[in-house]
Amino acid sequence: MVKIVTVYGTLLLRAFGQTLLLALCGLFFACILGLIFGMLGVVKNRACNWIETIFVNIIRGVPMIVLAYFIYFGVPYAMKNIIGLNITLSALKAGTICLALNCGAYMAEIIRGGIQSVDKGQMEAARSLGLPYWRAMQRVVLPQAIRIMIPSIINQFIITLKDTSILSIIGFPELVNTAKNVVANTFMSFQTWAIVAVMYLVVITLLSMLAKRLERRLNRGR
Amino acid sequence: MAANRNNVKIHVENLKKNFGKLEVLRDISTDIYEGEVVVIIGPSGSGKSTFLRCMNRLEEITGGHVVVDGYDISDKKVNINKVRENVGMVFQHFNLFGNLNVMKNLTLAPVDTKRMTREEAEKEARFMLDKVGLLDKIDAYPSQLSGGQKQRVAIARALCMHPDIMLFDEPTSALDPEMVGEVLNVMKQLAAEGMTMIIVTHEIGFAREVADRVIFMDGGYIVEEGTPQEVILNPQEPRTIDFLNKVL
Repeated sequence: MVKIVTVYGTLLLRAFGQTLLLALCGLFFACILGLIFGMLGVVKNRACNWIETIFVNIIRGVPMIVLAYFIYFGVPYAMKNIIGLNITLSALKAGTICLALNCGAYMAEIIRGGIQSVDKGQMEAARSLGLPYWRAMQRVVLPQAIRIMIPSIINQFIITLKDTSILSIIGFPELVNTAKNVVANTFMSFQTWAIVAVMYLVVITLLSMLAKRLERRLNRGR
Repeated sequence: MAANRNNVKIHVENLKKNFGKLEVLRDISTDIYEGEVVVIIGPSGSGKSTFLRCMNRLEEITGGHVVVDGYDISDKKVNINKVRENVGMVFQHFNLFGNLNVMKNLTLAPVDTKRMTREEAEKEARFMLDKVGLLDKIDAYPSQLSGGQKQRVAIARALCMHPDIMLFDEPTSALDPEMVGEVLNVMKQLAAEGMTMIIVTHEIGFAREVADRVIFMDGGYIVEEGTPQEVILNPQEPRTIDFLNKVL
């Protein structure tokens, strides 16, 4: 155990840095995708609603490991053979796209559900006073929806952070991938994986505590 | 105050409203005059709430015309938001903005639609809250108010926009009995000041006392309309007689 920490400690920490980088990149674009598709799911337009449903169902119906292979190997292969375009995606880019799509779909559902759980009367009252749809959404519906969504969003963040480990299979040098190499060199699999588990555990516990605190603050006085 | 028969505030012509295949409003025509207090009564499912909600287009209009202050709101090109600024609405379930305190509930729309500056809106909010007797609740959140207080705040919120017309959609139906009076009193005061009011209600006594005109609706039609004397005390149509027998 001590040997792993002293010899490979920095390496593992740096790898965890890569994990967090990948998670942040993925989450950033996931939020954007989630917001766009969540809104598409809410607006009064059948076509928009369908686009959201299809997107969510495709992403939800495909395991992320398949999605990762598809984006990292499948798409460049198709580009080369069909269009004749030579694209190689870095593992970070492919990983980001993969996480953004996967997490984005779940975020879209959280956002759609959150907005729809706000009583319809809130929108009607705002509209009856002359506020345009998006203004009413922004000033009245969204603030109430966000309060409802916060726990689910943080939960999704945690899931996505853990899902970065799946992207070890496309060779991104994140924590799990690096740990595999450490085990290959030292054969100390118990110690190495225990350390890796604790690293995830610490960050995720901190995130959960932050979520609790945020939730409590948002609910204060109501 | 009597209605001004020379000034039509809302002109309704052959209004139709379907929800899918269900015909809720079949053929409604009437005029609402300035300063008039119109009370709509009828059994549930008669279309009275839907009719009211067509007057600020919270329900899309299937057919016919609704002309509010000269704007035909059945025309999709009309800026409905501008029309709604002049038509206040009070809902059965109050619909106060849960994320905002009373003051912000009242000032949101006047400031956001640029009707007033923040200072003007806050002054107006205080005036209106005082009028409904709730000035001390100015910093409270809706969840801290009783039903009757919520509804009075909701009325004040609508009045802050200085509307010409007020729509009331069963404003006392969700209230505990002991709170009905305080809301009806505010409405009576408003009627006395000459506001044009259209009220959907089950309070027949209130209708008798305050209404200039009572409309009885059933099955998506106006079955009978006239003064409270005519419709409530001396109804002619069998359906009106039947309904009043049940509720009185």
